Amino acid sequence: MKHAVISADEGAGGMFRRWPFFQRLLSWTKPYAPFEQGTREYERYDWNSLLPDEIECRALMCRVMDGTSYYPSRLEMERNLAEFANRAGVAVRYGCRWTGTRHDGDRWTLETSDGEFRCQVPIFAVGVAEPWRPQIPGIEEALHYAETRPAETYAGHRVFIIGKENSGFELATGFLQWARQIVLASPSPAKLSINTRSLVGVRARYVQPYEDHVLAGGVIVLDASIERVERTGSTSLVRTRKADSAAELVFEVDDVIAATGFTSPILDLPKLGVATVGRNKLPAQTPFWESASVPGLYFGGTIHQASPGLRKHGIPSNSGGVNGHRYNGRILAREVARKHFGIDPERPVVPRAEVVSYLLHEFTNAPELWHQKSYLARVLIRDEKRGIVDDGVLPLQVFLDSGPADAVAATLEENPAGDIYPVLYTRRGGVSAEHDLPPHPLHDFRTRDHERAVVEALEGLLV
Amino acid sequence: MRSAPDDITETLASLAIFADLTRPELEKVAHSLEERYFAQDEKVLREGLSGSSFYIILEGEAALVARGKRLGTLGRGDFFGEISVLLGEPPVADVIAARPLRCLVVPGELLREFLQSHPRVCYRLLVAEARKLANVTRRSA
Repeated sequence: MKHAVISADEGAGGMFRRWPFFQRLLSWTKPYAPFEQGTREYERYDWNSLLPDEIECRALMCRVMDGTSYYPSRLEMERNLAEFANRAGVAVRYGCRWTGTRHDGDRWTLETSDGEFRCQVPIFAVGVAEPWRPQIPGIEEALHYAETRPAETYAGHRVFIIGKENSGFELATGFLQWARQIVLASPSPAKLSINTRSLVGVRARYVQPYEDHVLAGGVIVLDASIERVERTGSTSLVRTRKADSAAELVFEVDDVIAATGFTSPILDLPKLGVATVGRNKLPAQTPFWESASVPGLYFGGTIHQASPGLRKHGIPSNSGGVNGHRYNGRILAREVARKHFGIDPERPVVPRAEVVSYLLHEFTNAPELWHQKSYLARVLIRDEKRGIVDDGVLPLQVFLDSGPADAVAATLEENPAGDIYPVLYTRRGGVSAEHDLPPHPLHDFRTRDHERAVVEALEGLLV
Repeated sequence: MRSAPDDITETLASLAIFADLTRPELEKVAHSLEERYFAQDEKVLREGLSGSSFYIILEGEAALVARGKRLGTLGRGDFFGEISVLLGEPPVADVIAARPLRCLVVPGELLREFLQSHPRVCYRLLVAEARKLANVTRRSA
């Protein structure tokens, strides 16, 4: 497809040209893993490399990291993306800022600092990195996470952090050796990733302040509404109110930081009818990451977190991270090519005798399924002329709501008990059914029991 | 259709199910629950699919459909999904956005904790269920 890529930045890297503040990512790339670097199966252990077809562009993160940690530094991540763009020959017009949008019939016009671009299909991958603050009286007195000063300047200070998600706990972790007192506050309780069993929640690396709070070591983690921030000379007063008792608690502190998250700079898209959702006002999207209210307009990258999928058992997608949305991007490209340009390569056939082993291998090793549980699925379709066709990896929600061809979708899911298990969704004569397979302590689903379960589920359908 | 946490808090304050909550309690609910948007004709709940959630409609309209037949319509302030979550069974009908729909969502696994920590919301939910049952009984009689 003919395409152009524009970016307001001066080079590759996106948000990783600035953040995270303390310069170390939360996404790992493990140098030693059960699979060789550069293989598809290895992607499960590498959350940061992008997904090229070219072998020489695979697992680039591994080559960039210096080995001091399996969490890359911010600089290493920036280099990873720049190296990918360079090796894969991704042509980007840098320093070109998108300033406005028009929709003229079946064409879109993007107004930019370098003039206008016209296209049939715009895809906005502008990130979720624009500082966002809730509407709290006086919040403008607080610095945002994005404006945090070097940690040593908080030495001996009392610091009040508004927000109890990863940004807030990242700052608190970095300030532990400097600040005299740290308060983290927001209306709802902190969620820890080990409890949510997902990336939604404070990651283990940032839990130290929570332990300090539990052990009463100078950190206070507070569930309370922030009612007002007042500057009083060289200090600030933060007025809070607890939900359970409605009691007011007032804190006099030296610094207030709003670790209240980010939004996406979607400019005039809401005026064109793009619906937004959530406190961060991200664009609402379909399962194929098209605007839910303005057809023909798409989104890419971390904005995909606003297309949450089925959220089965409350488990969210990983679309907010590179490890999740990189697979979405590949699917999106194929869908745009098919829907808007009529480019739809023939799908490969899977020999009937290999269907079961193929699915068991996918359950055990497919990185798409592991990174995007109950969100993406491997889909096989029964084609009357060609046999069993591999339709690739698709959003599970699309499979469930489409039809009527006889087909199966294979995915991984997780239940409230923390078990991870394969699931087959079959469609026969337009009727869908869900088949849960048993979990396995080592996550190896290539057992006789699993084989039997797959055969039973697919009997008369694909086998 | 736009939304912000303050908008959501105001919307929650106007819904019967949250009528007894204080402002800080409403903010806590708005802050801790996810808002979802469903385009017209998009499925929200699917008959027979496990792992569903509890939904409270903030804006828009939803249709209950079972075996191709429309059973009813839900609007602002109504809720759905509680039966399948509380009984631990998949939904027995589809819920489809009849118009663009905006909902607050409580994951099934968290509904019990949510209702136990908000007993007045639980009571309002119980009253609503009793009303539904009374209506069904009257129609059957």
